[in-house]
Amino acid sequence: MAGLDELIEETGAHDCVECGKCTSVCPVARINPKFAPRLIVLRVLEGVSDSLSKDKDIWSCITCEMCNDMCPYEVNYSGFILGLRTRAIKAGNLPDCSQSGAVHTYQRLMTSGVKQNRLKWVTPEMKIKERGDVFYFTGCAVHLGALFSDKAGELKNTPANYVRILNAAGIEPVVSNDEVCCGHDLLWAGDEDSMLKLMDKNVEVIRKSGAKTVVFSCPECLRTFEIDYQDFLGDFDFELVHMSEFLLDLIDKGKLSFDSNGGKITYHDSCRLGRHLGIYDPPRDLISALGMELIEMQNNKEKAGCCGVNAFANCGEVSQKLQLDRLLEATATGADEMLTFCPKCVIHFNCLLKSPKLPVPHEKVKILVREFGNVLAEHLQKKGDR
Amino acid sequence: MNSFEPQIIAFCCNWCSYAGADLAGVSRYQYPPNARIIRVMCSGRVEPQFILRAFELGADGVLVAGCHIGDCHYISGNEKCQEKVKITSELLELLGIDRRRLRLEWISASEGAKFAETMRSFTEELKQLGPSPFKEVK
Repeated sequence: MAGLDELIEETGAHDCVECGKCTSVCPVARINPKFAPRLIVLRVLEGVSDSLSKDKDIWSCITCEMCNDMCPYEVNYSGFILGLRTRAIKAGNLPDCSQSGAVHTYQRLMTSGVKQNRLKWVTPEMKIKERGDVFYFTGCAVHLGALFSDKAGELKNTPANYVRILNAAGIEPVVSNDEVCCGHDLLWAGDEDSMLKLMDKNVEVIRKSGAKTVVFSCPECLRTFEIDYQDFLGDFDFELVHMSEFLLDLIDKGKLSFDSNGGKITYHDSCRLGRHLGIYDPPRDLISALGMELIEMQNNKEKAGCCGVNAFANCGEVSQKLQLDRLLEATATGADEMLTFCPKCVIHFNCLLKSPKLPVPHEKVKILVREFGNVLAEHLQKKGDR
Repeated sequence: MNSFEPQIIAFCCNWCSYAGADLAGVSRYQYPPNARIIRVMCSGRVEPQFILRAFELGADGVLVAGCHIGDCHYISGNEKCQEKVKITSELLELLGIDRRRLRLEWISASEGAKFAETMRSFTEELKQLGPSPFKEVK
């Protein structure tokens, strides 16, 4: 691994002029005044403290990239934090992972190459293929739905619902039992080595399938492929597309239609899909295609609030406050449901919503937080109905 | 395969199952020495991560043992345990681990014989299943 100098160079950290704009938008700094993105950079640049082995702030960052978006000098703070994290765990500076690290352990177990049984949700009427043009990368939704069944059990149906939607549009996607976790959470918890192992497996599986297009419903998987994998491997010869863009294209071609009885919806931009990848409009257009009314929250798109936890590390008081802020914002829209593509956002919001520790009365946050595809599938129009 | 001796991690609650293991000892019941017992204050303390980590470190089987439902020292810890074991077993299956490698048993302090019998049957079952698929990798 390259040294700190190289990391400073790559992320443009030297360009930081300490203007403090990053801190002014940082959601963590708003709640914890001792935290500031620029100070993390400053401490490393000046070498005043042994940041790598001692600085716990590098784990408090929720990597939402508000700071990157705001920085006039385009310092890549999240990239800087990521680089620090991979180096920090080697220096013995570890994150406090929620669930004692169960999420990271199950993902690490996938590096082993043991034959999985991950396609239990496939039913006989679903049309899937082993080789084909379109690969649907299902991600960890089913695993997370199992582990968090009390909070977000609905996630178990997510891949099945997307396959049904794709089938309805006449697409038979490749869905593979040999697919593994993309390694996002491991990478952001500093375990780059395990992520690289998972990356090799995934790329091999996709190459074997002969796919020209890989569709992702999970924003974290897409970000990991688009940015992190291609950083290591160079540009892929297959196309990476988000489900929202892919479905919109099918709707435009008249292959897919949805029908709902109206309803009010608000949409939560997850940081990975929004600020990291810049995909803001397709999900909104999908809501219009559903025939539902979209009511924006006060902070949306580039300014969207955060679910408060990154890579299941360091969930605490700050996370809860951020979650509560966002849920109150969502409730204020008067919508019945808040949709998002990110399964992690669904889990983290529901974790607070269903917690006995919810700091406000339950009536004050009357909103359902749901994964997009599960709602789409409810309003899917079958071919015969059209 | 007959020479294979499975390694079992057994989480036993302080109030019932650990005492049950003690009783099996003082009663001199014979049972295979394959399990490493970890005492926890309540079976409800056993998180999915404890079980996953045991498999990551090369365990062939994991036993979680607690008080019978209704007898929990902390009223409902074992009900929480039941839920956690259920979701962990679901996750293990997705990962490619046979569900039989994770066992949940209710063993009271007076059931020394049941403890010994559980150990015998679990060891036997794991011998038939063979080493955990994750063993080689670690």
